[in-house]
Amino acid sequence: MADPQRKTMMTAATVEQTLARMAGEIVEQAAGAESLVLVGIHRRGVHLATWLAGSIQGSHPDLGIATGTLDITLYRDDLMTVGPRPVVGPTRLPTGGIDGRLVVIVDDVLYTGRTVRAALDELADFGRPRRTLLCVLVDRGGRELPIQPDIVGEMIPAPPGGRVEVLVPEIDGNLGVVLVGGSAD
Amino acid sequence: MRPVLIRGGRVIDPSQRMDATLDLLLHGGAVVEIGERLDAPEGAEVFDAAGLVVCPGLIDVHVHLREPGGEHKETIASGARAAAAGGFTAVVAMPNTSPPIDNPASVGFVRSEGMRAGGARVYPTGAITVGQKGEQLAEIGEMFAAGAVAVTDDGRPVMNAGVMRLALEYVQTFDIPVAVHEEDLALSRGGSMNEGVIASRLGLTGIPNAAEDVMIARDLMLAELTGGRLHVQHVSTRGGVELIRAAKARGIRVSAEATPHHFALTDQAVERYGTQAKMNPPLRSEADRAAVVEGVRDGTLDVIATDHAPHHYDEKEQAFEDAPNGIIGLETALGLALTELVGRGVIDLPTLVERMSCAPARALSLPGGTLRLGSPADVTVFHPDEEWTVDPAKSLSLSRNTPFRGWKLRGRPVRTLVEGRTVWAAERP
Amino acid sequence: MAHPAGPYLGKDLLGLEELSAEQITAILDTAEPFKEISERPIKKVPVLRGKTIVNAFFENSTRTRISFEFAEKRLSADTVNFSASGSSVSKGETLVDTAKNLEAMRIDMVVIRHGASGSARFLAERIDSNVVNAGDGRHEHPTQGLLDLLTIRDHFRRIAGLKVCITGDILHSRVARSNLWGLRKLGAEVAVCGPRTLLPRDVEEMGVTVFRRIEDAIEWADVLNVLRLQLERMQGGFVPSLREYNRVFGVTRARLDRAGRDILILHPGPMNRGVEIDSDVADGPHSVILQQVTNGVAIRMAVLYLLAGGAPERAEAAKTGGGE
Repeated sequence: MADPQRKTMMTAATVEQTLARMAGEIVEQAAGAESLVLVGIHRRGVHLATWLAGSIQGSHPDLGIATGTLDITLYRDDLMTVGPRPVVGPTRLPTGGIDGRLVVIVDDVLYTGRTVRAALDELADFGRPRRTLLCVLVDRGGRELPIQPDIVGEMIPAPPGGRVEVLVPEIDGNLGVVLVGGSAD
Repeated sequence: MRPVLIRGGRVIDPSQRMDATLDLLLHGGAVVEIGERLDAPEGAEVFDAAGLVVCPGLIDVHVHLREPGGEHKETIASGARAAAAGGFTAVVAMPNTSPPIDNPASVGFVRSEGMRAGGARVYPTGAITVGQKGEQLAEIGEMFAAGAVAVTDDGRPVMNAGVMRLALEYVQTFDIPVAVHEEDLALSRGGSMNEGVIASRLGLTGIPNAAEDVMIARDLMLAELTGGRLHVQHVSTRGGVELIRAAKARGIRVSAEATPHHFALTDQAVERYGTQAKMNPPLRSEADRAAVVEGVRDGTLDVIATDHAPHHYDEKEQAFEDAPNGIIGLETALGLALTELVGRGVIDLPTLVERMSCAPARALSLPGGTLRLGSPADVTVFHPDEEWTVDPAKSLSLSRNTPFRGWKLRGRPVRTLVEGRTVWAAERP
Repeated sequence: MAHPAGPYLGKDLLGLEELSAEQITAILDTAEPFKEISERPIKKVPVLRGKTIVNAFFENSTRTRISFEFAEKRLSADTVNFSASGSSVSKGETLVDTAKNLEAMRIDMVVIRHGASGSARFLAERIDSNVVNAGDGRHEHPTQGLLDLLTIRDHFRRIAGLKVCITGDILHSRVARSNLWGLRKLGAEVAVCGPRTLLPRDVEEMGVTVFRRIEDAIEWADVLNVLRLQLERMQGGFVPSLREYNRVFGVTRARLDRAGRDILILHPGPMNRGVEIDSDVADGPHSVILQQVTNGVAIRMAVLYLLAGGAPERAEAAKTGGGE
């Protein structure tokens, strides 16, 4: 029996097609750059970044691709309201750093923009990229800060009570996007 | 002064082996008649004591009244009032004031202030040694003449055995006891609670039982050697109780105290009550507590005394090691003894009166401790099992330092009379 | 979530005796990512930005204070140091007055080092700010215990089942007590070894084995945590001489070699080389003494971070407005 609260918005096949298109757009936007740093935001952004890096490397073997991970927990602006998280994930950036390079921040869902704000702050503590792009699989709207993505997989407007979940095989066992709660109809 | 007829109470006077429902007539400051259905003389105040116990006035041979030098903690007047409120008709003031009572003028000061106080009688004691330094005997004869009923360096031990021997010999001229705080300072090493696993866990320096036991053993031997009267204060250890029991069996002249806190609490109280459970000697283990209870039962510890030790609230508001020793006890002693000893079937009411009135009077040769005809009309009337809750805010002491806040006790004083005059009466509904 | 959400530490960190195994593990796990922050070019994250922390050191301890200060600064807190000399404490101000004054200045946290056992709890019960015990008398030094646990866990990947012997002056050591509780809660077997004059009364009742001889302790242990022999103990008569102490209880190369296997060596510092520990042991391949120092900063960051957080019960409500 299907859970009436969970609605599939993108199947695995759709996500793969979308990611492939996004990989192309990244290369397009990066025209002229010799190398790229794809930085995934902990946790699902990390897996998306890895997938994108693999895809780009496959089609452009001569482009230097490095990946990194960002855990923005310590840069959040809401510690006092949500409380600390006992396990803070690792932040790992490629050796050689990010100074003067093209950095693509990869996340699963863009919502209020606060996570991206925190990620930009954290990146700034590691160096000064030549240019920074924001790449998200889903933009669900509802921004609270003036932040817009450069590369978007899919616009999925979600009602305030709803939650857009991106599923990745490494964590969830399958690939897809579901809307939980609320109603998109 | 009006005669007082206390009617229909359970009169318990172990000094006359008396325990019966009787009337008691007080007049002219003395007990004038005891009997059934006495007629009230003209003008007499008649007090209905049905359901209450009437006994010779309770005597606390160990209180700290802090005057002179510590008047923010207690004064002789406030202490005498608090004593009366606790059912005591007489208290014995310790000399470790600032400066210490080690001369006849100071003894006279305590005596006269006590007389002016209008509460319980206040008997002074004098220091054993000059400045309580444990080195040279104070003017014990002069202090005796001024009214000292015993000598003691309480709060400190007399570490020098030779000095203690001299004291036990010298007091014999005056036939007063040497009252002793037993603590080998080299063993207690400035410790702040009982040595044991709780002190180890809390990281506090412990005072081993042996610090007390070796000194009790020493002084019992010196009492045996000299024939002097020894009064061992606040016995807290099993070993101490056993030593005193054996000494009494050998005929050594020794009396000994048990405090309510040592028979009611163990060192576990330190974790619950913090500095309110800090005293010296410290609260000990359960085995020690049980030995103290047994000592009270069999009379080895013949005297119940409070070691009433008032401290200003901010002095106890410190880290444990920095806080001073002691708790107030005058207004909880009778309730604790009734609850913890009589209520649990350890002793009966006549034995309680013996330990809190007759034996203390004998130990320090004080008037009182009896209702024989002609004796001073010092009388305590108490309810044997009425429940009440300890509320330090209501204490007549100037201090509030007690671990018993909020304790529910059964039995409390109702009226205290000194020389036939009511010095304190409970508010009755 | 791999780790339980919940009220991780409460208001204060006063000792390890009162923490659960889960809480201790949560602190150790939180410290892991904080280690990496100290490796960054900019060794700073903004998580405690705007928080004011007072390091109230009533006793001198340069290394603990510096470690806390690094931890605080790397979390972007504003810090004020307060030491007994040159403060109103030396003018007779009581601890409770000091506490009230700190409170009146609206500080967020106090890190307290004080010579009286129980003083950290005393302070914590009287002010609303978070209190971290940086060593109270002979009672506890919880962050030292935690960093020792982290260092041992780094090496063995576990704590449970390990045999850890704490050697030296257990009686006067807050480090020993914090280690003992932390290790036992996480399932290690704990022993102590030292002259009986320096062991607390009834220490066996705290769940530890007592070794009379250091050789037996070494034979038994996977880990030795060698405590500093405070030189003033000699004046107290607890040990006759430092030379004799080294001969009878010193952790020496020869004694370790006789055990015939690797034993991890910890020391909370500062060391008395040639007294409780020989230099070739302290500097040897199985010594993790400097890693303890590194881990100390990460542990203190983790503790401050966990204490600083808001009420976890509000977390659910706040999530929908959060950034994910």
